[in-house]
Amino acid sequence: MSVDPWTLLAILVMASITYATRISGVLLGGRLKLSPRAQAAFNAVPPAVLVALIAPSALATGGAETIAALAAAVAATRLPLLGVIAVGVVTVVALRAFGL
Amino acid sequence: MTAGLREVRDGLRDIAPAAIAAIPIGLLFGALMASKGLTPAEVALMSGFVCAGGAQLAAVELWVHPAPILALAVSTVLIDARHVLMSTSLARRTEAFAWWQKMLGFYVMSDENWALGERRAAERTLTPAYFITMGATLWINWVTTTTLGAIGGAMLGDPRVYGADFAFTALFIGLAAAFVRGPGGMAVVAASGLASAATYVGVGAPWHVAAGAAAGVATAWALAGEDEEEALA
Repeated sequence: MSVDPWTLLAILVMASITYATRISGVLLGGRLKLSPRAQAAFNAVPPAVLVALIAPSALATGGAETIAALAAAVAATRLPLLGVIAVGVVTVVALRAFGL
Repeated sequence: MTAGLREVRDGLRDIAPAAIAAIPIGLLFGALMASKGLTPAEVALMSGFVCAGGAQLAAVELWVHPAPILALAVSTVLIDARHVLMSTSLARRTEAFAWWQKMLGFYVMSDENWALGERRAAERTLTPAYFITMGATLWINWVTTTTLGAIGGAMLGDPRVYGADFAFTALFIGLAAAFVRGPGGMAVVAASGLASAATYVGVGAPWHVAAGAAAGVATAWALAGEDEEEALA
């Protein structure tokens, strides 16, 4: 049950940033006004970041990963989160077994 | 039953489906974190202090030893930026909260209890008992399941054998899909994915994250159009 001091520092930095974003609306008191265009850009942040994070492992690792990523994306249009994970993992394990 | 107890009961009832769905995801998160070399104690601390699924998943994807603090900070800012909009919106509904109840309640604001809080506020007064019951339930659930996942995951061995390494990728795809609406959303995903993969191959990590995020946000900005902005300004 050890805690690395550098890891603890990283956790505290992440925690401070996350809390700052959560409490910001209370502190701003609803004074933040965004144009619809800025709001559209803001709304695009979570999917853009999530996709940017996984694009290398989905597109630049190998055939099995790319095909499984496409299968998971299709599953995401009709299944809950756990179903998406199951489809992705089962597909990649099957394709790796075939040597892709 | 007093009014306060009724608010607590309503909070538990409303958050139950989200909390139950989060149990296997927490176990999986914990196991993935352990596979990156975090100890169960470190996983418990991160879940307790940060308590944000998206930011923590992004962190684990970037995690090396020693922790790359600047990259983690940038990725946390990017993933959590949506909280600013959510918090600004919900803060208008907290007249019934004392200042410390706001400080505590917003500490555990997540996508799920934020949405339920907004829904409740549209029908009646949002009480601290209702909102904090939901947040506390999610917090206890998240810290417990990720820690158990880290303890169990450390015993499972090489994640590649049973495809658990790909669970990350699939989980992100599922989370991203929840944010994607219409052809504009697809364009954001395509721009972000292509820019990220190209930067990863051409330049290397961790620059692919900033490049992909910038490409996706720029696409959303461009597609939103000037006309609407001027019409509503």
